[in-house]
Amino acid sequence: MPNSILVFCEQRDGQLKNVGLEALGEAHRLGTSSGVAICACIIGSDVASSANDLSAYGASRVYVAENASLAHYSAELYATILSDLAARLQPVAICMGATAMGKDIAPRLAAKLKTALVQDCVSLKMEEDCSLVATRPMYGGKLMAIVKPVSLALQVVTIRQNVFPALELKPNTSIPIEYLALPTTRTRSVAKVREVQQTVGGKRELTEAPIIVSGGRGLKGPENFKLVEELANALGGAVGASRAAVDAGWKPHSYQVGLTGKTVSPQCYVACGISGAIQHQAGMSSARVIVAINSNPAAPIFKLATYGIVGNLFDILPVLTEEVKKLRKKCA
Amino acid sequence: MKQVPATESKLTIVADGNDIDRSNLSFIVNPYDEFAVEEALQIKERLGAGEVTVLSMRQHESQKPEEALRTCLAMGADKAILLDGPAFHGGDSFTTATALTSAIQRLPFDLLLFGKQAVDDDGGTVGIQVAELLGIPHVAVVNKLEVHPVSRAVVAHRQVEDGIEVVEASFPVVITCQKGLNEPRYPSLPGIMKAKQKPLNTWTCEDIGIDPGRLGASGAKLKTLRVEPPPTRLTGRILDGDTSTAVKELVRILHEEEKLI
Repeated sequence: MPNSILVFCEQRDGQLKNVGLEALGEAHRLGTSSGVAICACIIGSDVASSANDLSAYGASRVYVAENASLAHYSAELYATILSDLAARLQPVAICMGATAMGKDIAPRLAAKLKTALVQDCVSLKMEEDCSLVATRPMYGGKLMAIVKPVSLALQVVTIRQNVFPALELKPNTSIPIEYLALPTTRTRSVAKVREVQQTVGGKRELTEAPIIVSGGRGLKGPENFKLVEELANALGGAVGASRAAVDAGWKPHSYQVGLTGKTVSPQCYVACGISGAIQHQAGMSSARVIVAINSNPAAPIFKLATYGIVGNLFDILPVLTEEVKKLRKKCA
Repeated sequence: MKQVPATESKLTIVADGNDIDRSNLSFIVNPYDEFAVEEALQIKERLGAGEVTVLSMRQHESQKPEEALRTCLAMGADKAILLDGPAFHGGDSFTTATALTSAIQRLPFDLLLFGKQAVDDDGGTVGIQVAELLGIPHVAVVNKLEVHPVSRAVVAHRQVEDGIEVVEASFPVVITCQKGLNEPRYPSLPGIMKAKQKPLNTWTCEDIGIDPGRLGASGAKLKTLRVEPPPTRLTGRILDGDTSTAVKELVRILHEEEKLI
């Protein structure tokens, strides 16, 4: 199918990741005007039941690689499945989320296929010749690069989470679903995932959260993070932290937003007691709405903020949490 | 190891509009590559054996990778190799991986350590692509690494969204390093003195036996049309008044205007 886009829809423990559905939505949007078919691929040990659901997000065909040996992620195996499928379909592009998994598969896949790779795209445009022009942040978001493949060949792109909207169409239960055979030529040494240790434990993962409330040095101590957590709970969001708070040992590194932490682009980012150094901005500047609460009116975060309150966060946060709860109760 | 503009740099765009102006920038060892160098040194110290070679490439004429390589030698690396020449200029992650792979094939190695990404291009691609081109496994974004020299294998903890993947792989293997793996040392004064005597060799594309057409701008799969500043955000609004007034206004805006609550 030379006229297709292949979308890898990531799942963990049978749960499809939002970003894969966002990739399907974007592929559908790009492809509709040029008659491009949207092929989805899911890989795992117990994933077939998700295959039918994908039509509601824009897939017109689904390929399933299902086997007990695929329960844990394997870069080599997953990339081989996708490159074998791509060799057969000859799609114009292969899209996936710029997740830990997607950013791990995509380089191998692009190297196997000897093709262009664009990581962490925030905007895509399809030219008349079906090549994709991609926009991606560089230098920690200080610049955007607009890139295009040199030749008209298949390219691999990973997309940033929470940037592209997922579709909600009427599910079509009759879309074709094809089961893929596992690649057999595995003579090479491969890395094996022995176990997955959960660290976040039931909490919403930072990069997928629509709302994030982050705390920084201004909290003055780990015990005060509960103010941030209470606001996050009231808003239905996740908790993040600045590098200062992580380096001080108040929160583990998995909470860190910024250059040496996670890059997030939620609908709303609330920065509490975070001055907003350039390294922090690198991780959150693409949030749609940024709210800053800081006692220092000269803090750089206010240059970035959509809304700001200058003041003592120990006064502000409890009142804000109460007001949000009140509103929620009223709307419920 | 990649030399990158210092993270605080003010960046300007060249007249052509497709790259940054590097002429007045100060450069540093890519911070994630420091974790890689430190890890290599710690492994060597733990095992009491082995040799640490640092490999870099000049991708832009204005870069000064020799300085960054000397820094790594001063930290304690044994020798350094710089891929240099016009053939290496420009290009993309694929040509970089291709060049590094050709150089690495001329060196003995058990472990290849990279930073998880360079903080200029923010791609996180080259280390993994080298693994693929060499036909060996990789574990990326690693924040804990055990090396078992007898069984010639590693156990690596890799950070994923909601946890840690514990991954096993045999030598030779590529590891890309994440913050948390270690605390990179500062070069000591004796280290800096010693570094001046350590070998820093320059290899051209002939030395690594690769056709220049596969490298740099001529081998690149991707072309940068332009670089531009990110979309400017509208000037923010500071909500005035006492705490209660400001908070009520914020909640009203988030609810009524932004539809977030």
